Amino acid sequence: MSSTITFENVSKDFAIQKRYRADGVSSVFTALSDINLSIKSREFFVLVGPSGSGKSTLLDLAAGLSKPTSGRILIDGKPVTGPALDRGVVFQQYALFPWKTALGNVEFGLEAKGIPKKQRGPIARDFLNLVGLSGFEDRHPHELSGGMKQRVAIARALAYDPGVLLMDEPFAALDAQTRETLQDELLRIWEVSGKTIVFITHGIEEAVYLGQRVAVLTSRPGRVKAIVDIPLEARRDGDIRSAPEFAELRHRVWSLLHEEVQRAERLEFEDSLGRPVGKAAG
Amino acid sequence: MSVNSPAADAGTLNASGVDLPSRLGPRLKSFAYAAFERSAAIIIFLLLWEFAPRLGLINRTFLPPFSEVVVAGYQFAASGDLWPHVWVSVLRALGGFGLGVVTAVPLGILLGWYKGVDRFLNPLLQLLRQTNPVSLFPVFILFFGIGYLTKVAIIYWVVVWPILLGTISGIRYVDPALVKYARSVGLNDRQLFVRVVIPSSIPSLITGMRLAVTYSFLMLVVSEMVGANSGLGYLVVNSQYLMSIHLLYVGVIILALLGILANYALVRLEQWLTSWKVDVNA
Repeated sequence: MSSTITFENVSKDFAIQKRYRADGVSSVFTALSDINLSIKSREFFVLVGPSGSGKSTLLDLAAGLSKPTSGRILIDGKPVTGPALDRGVVFQQYALFPWKTALGNVEFGLEAKGIPKKQRGPIARDFLNLVGLSGFEDRHPHELSGGMKQRVAIARALAYDPGVLLMDEPFAALDAQTRETLQDELLRIWEVSGKTIVFITHGIEEAVYLGQRVAVLTSRPGRVKAIVDIPLEARRDGDIRSAPEFAELRHRVWSLLHEEVQRAERLEFEDSLGRPVGKAAG
Repeated sequence: MSVNSPAADAGTLNASGVDLPSRLGPRLKSFAYAAFERSAAIIIFLLLWEFAPRLGLINRTFLPPFSEVVVAGYQFAASGDLWPHVWVSVLRALGGFGLGVVTAVPLGILLGWYKGVDRFLNPLLQLLRQTNPVSLFPVFILFFGIGYLTKVAIIYWVVVWPILLGTISGIRYVDPALVKYARSVGLNDRQLFVRVVIPSSIPSLITGMRLAVTYSFLMLVVSEMVGANSGLGYLVVNSQYLMSIHLLYVGVIILALLGILANYALVRLEQWLTSWKVDVNA
């Protein structure tokens, strides 16, 4: 199962409450402004942006965890109204239940989907096998390394067969070697499972290595600045990262992002000089 | 020379403790060494207790040798006079502690889960928490007389706070990533509460209960010293009046043993409930 995901004029504002002020004035912070994206079925789509560009907000909206202020998000043409099992989410902090084993964590989503108890075990085992964790079914998260925890989280998100996999900086907390291994693993899993993947990162190299298309977001408010096609077909043959076309693409994304990072830093500097809004929701 | 004899005695014990296991298997050897390491300080303390009065370092009227206390305790227990005191004290402590668990856990859940209830009740609870329990003792006597209920009430008053605070913080400080994940698979409030919040809060709840047990024994003795004609606290105070110093120490030792036993029971409960967290073999 694989789905398309479409953002139509999506904007998201946050009200900043000013407590301790008699007049009760609150101001509005625009995190995302007029986002239009059309992500194809089976596509690996990457979003990069400076901090504060609303990347995670965008993913929360897609997951149905919060609602856009205006515009709408469509999965296979149907509007998103809240969280549902047609989307699987993978977080940077793993978010595994510490009191459940690897198998129990994967089964959790299956239970939410209403799959009968007898079938959950075999399905969960299959997906742990897919992410290379056979033999670790009975381990608790505290007995697993960071990379293994994220593998469990990926297995858990895939197990209930969502059409879209939403990944919020999933490899940001991992060391460089583990990250490269998991990037290759993810590409393999993506090819095997045929899911649509929306992947958020602040790593330019990661974005170019993984994505078929890379969208660069502007800093506050987040807008789509540019979408870069990554025509690297032979992605997994040898050391693609050293190829000249990889360096060229990497540089293009870097240049786009660089201006935004500088702008974001300037905004942050102005904020800390005491704009009345303060530093909330930065 | 005579001054050195306790230390010399400890030295002999040390030598035998290390030599003995060398004839046994390596696992038993390390076990025996660990047992020795853990009990050495206690053994030295008891030897000091035994020999300091005998050697005239301490007035034995005020501190009889440990062996004499043990003998007195044995005779007191054999005569059947000890058990009513133990039983009465255990019932009082259990009554106060049990009432604390039964009321503070639900109240803590309410306060931790519903922010409105917390805003409403928290100021009052902060005020009550700071009310010295000993100063309330006359009030409890006015209401409940000097019977069982007064003791239970005063123990309850000290037990309820750590359990309440443990429950509240357990409920409130659930890992936000877990909540976010649970929401993303479409769990509703009730499911989120049962499947995520309750299991997350158990370690904090048990920490509160362990504190509460310590406090319950503290207040048990205070209450039995002030207005009681039975119980271990009464035994201690009454023995002092009657200058039957041996029995005084019997009471002190039994109270310490009960405290250790109660704490051990809670540690086992914690290990059983949170086996995912603690590696039992470590």
